[in-house]
Amino acid sequence: MAGTAVRGRLTWQTATVDSVVDETPTVRTLVLGLPDWAGHQAGQHLDIRLTGDDGYQAERSYSIAAAPGEPVAITVERLDDGEVSPYLTQDVQRGDEFEVRGPIGGYFVWDPARPDGTVPLLLLAGGSGVVPLRSILRDRARVGSSVPTRLLYSARNWDEVIYRSEFASPEAGVEVIYTLTRQQPADWTGYARRVDQAMITEVAWPVAQAPVAYVCGPTNFVEAVAADLVALGYPPQRVKTERFGATGTP
Amino acid sequence: MSPVSRGFHRRHQEAEPAGRVPPGQYVTRDFPVLSAGPTPHTALANWTFSIEGGSSPASWTWQEFQALPSETVTVDIHCVTRWSKLDTRWKGVSLDVLLDAVSYDAPYVLAFCDGGYTTNLPVADLKGGQAWVAYSYDGKPLPAEHGGPARLLVPHLYFWKSAKWVRGLRLRQVDAPGFWEMYGYHMYGDPWREQRYAGD
Repeated sequence: MAGTAVRGRLTWQTATVDSVVDETPTVRTLVLGLPDWAGHQAGQHLDIRLTGDDGYQAERSYSIAAAPGEPVAITVERLDDGEVSPYLTQDVQRGDEFEVRGPIGGYFVWDPARPDGTVPLLLLAGGSGVVPLRSILRDRARVGSSVPTRLLYSARNWDEVIYRSEFASPEAGVEVIYTLTRQQPADWTGYARRVDQAMITEVAWPVAQAPVAYVCGPTNFVEAVAADLVALGYPPQRVKTERFGATGTP
Repeated sequence: MSPVSRGFHRRHQEAEPAGRVPPGQYVTRDFPVLSAGPTPHTALANWTFSIEGGSSPASWTWQEFQALPSETVTVDIHCVTRWSKLDTRWKGVSLDVLLDAVSYDAPYVLAFCDGGYTTNLPVADLKGGQAWVAYSYDGKPLPAEHGGPARLLVPHLYFWKSAKWVRGLRLRQVDAPGFWEMYGYHMYGDPWREQRYAGD
């Protein structure tokens, strides 16, 4: 399983912002031009480093939003008290430059060439935790995989749903299921509560189908969802998690 | 020479205490949780801490472990995902105490945990008052999502080396990568030298 990651030294390179896509009022996708990208797997992340004109630098990690083989893109959510995300979601323009290195991580990846990539796929997203799962969905489409796939995506309200138009017409074999936890449109027929055991039981592939689950979101979301899956009988090693809990001053 | 990112500047002017925050890190007041996979829950009745691979292996039950001399320490911790947290307060058993209970000549260990997580460390980094098996955080039992009932605490290395849900150490003559190290993270992980990934 492990040991397949690229082991070479990860060097910084200069990325150019090739295009900017506003996903929601606070979320932006940046498509990056990278002179030397060795390729990545769906679910991996990259590091970015910003440099001010006084030499001040800040580094952060972001999940890669694009499928392998597509131009590298990151999707960034603005955290108002942050230092890097406000710059990336408000100030940055096409043609701007910052440094990037990657790809990083080999655990939270979906690889259609491995046994885990051929079984029913359960994706569970909390908020902007949907980003690496979107990379997985795009990779599934790119390779023509037919594995039965469900994405359960929890957002506070409809306006905060990222990739809405893309998810409105999913590939054959992909179901996108939303739960809106705070506010729902008037004609809403989907779930309207936090993900709980009953919802997981309804949405998750039966354990007998030997599915694999990818859970990404804030810590409390991931802790609850992963525990629900284990309670349902998912073996812990079939529940891959990625948490982002670094609020405060990111 | 890094290119200037047009329009980027420092937003947080509050200066951190000099020499407290390693390069590329920022200070958080939260305690973020980062782990691979679901949080395991092991009943204390089934919990042991073992040191394997020496000529005289040792193992402690939870009760025996609680009876060992403990220390309360206040340390700064640094996660490879770039947050640092200053002045965190832990209680646990020094690795000096635990390693003194076994005889060995191995220079490395692989820490093993509930849930299957592993990480590798030099023995030298566990000796000399630098490392603990901690079971209390901020005056309370260590919560499961932060590694309870007990985790390694090796604050001078990136925090993935401070393995959650630790159940023991396997002494080794040869350094072998653990979980994250196999995925390309650094074998040693010194935050002050920014050893995040292999080759750094």
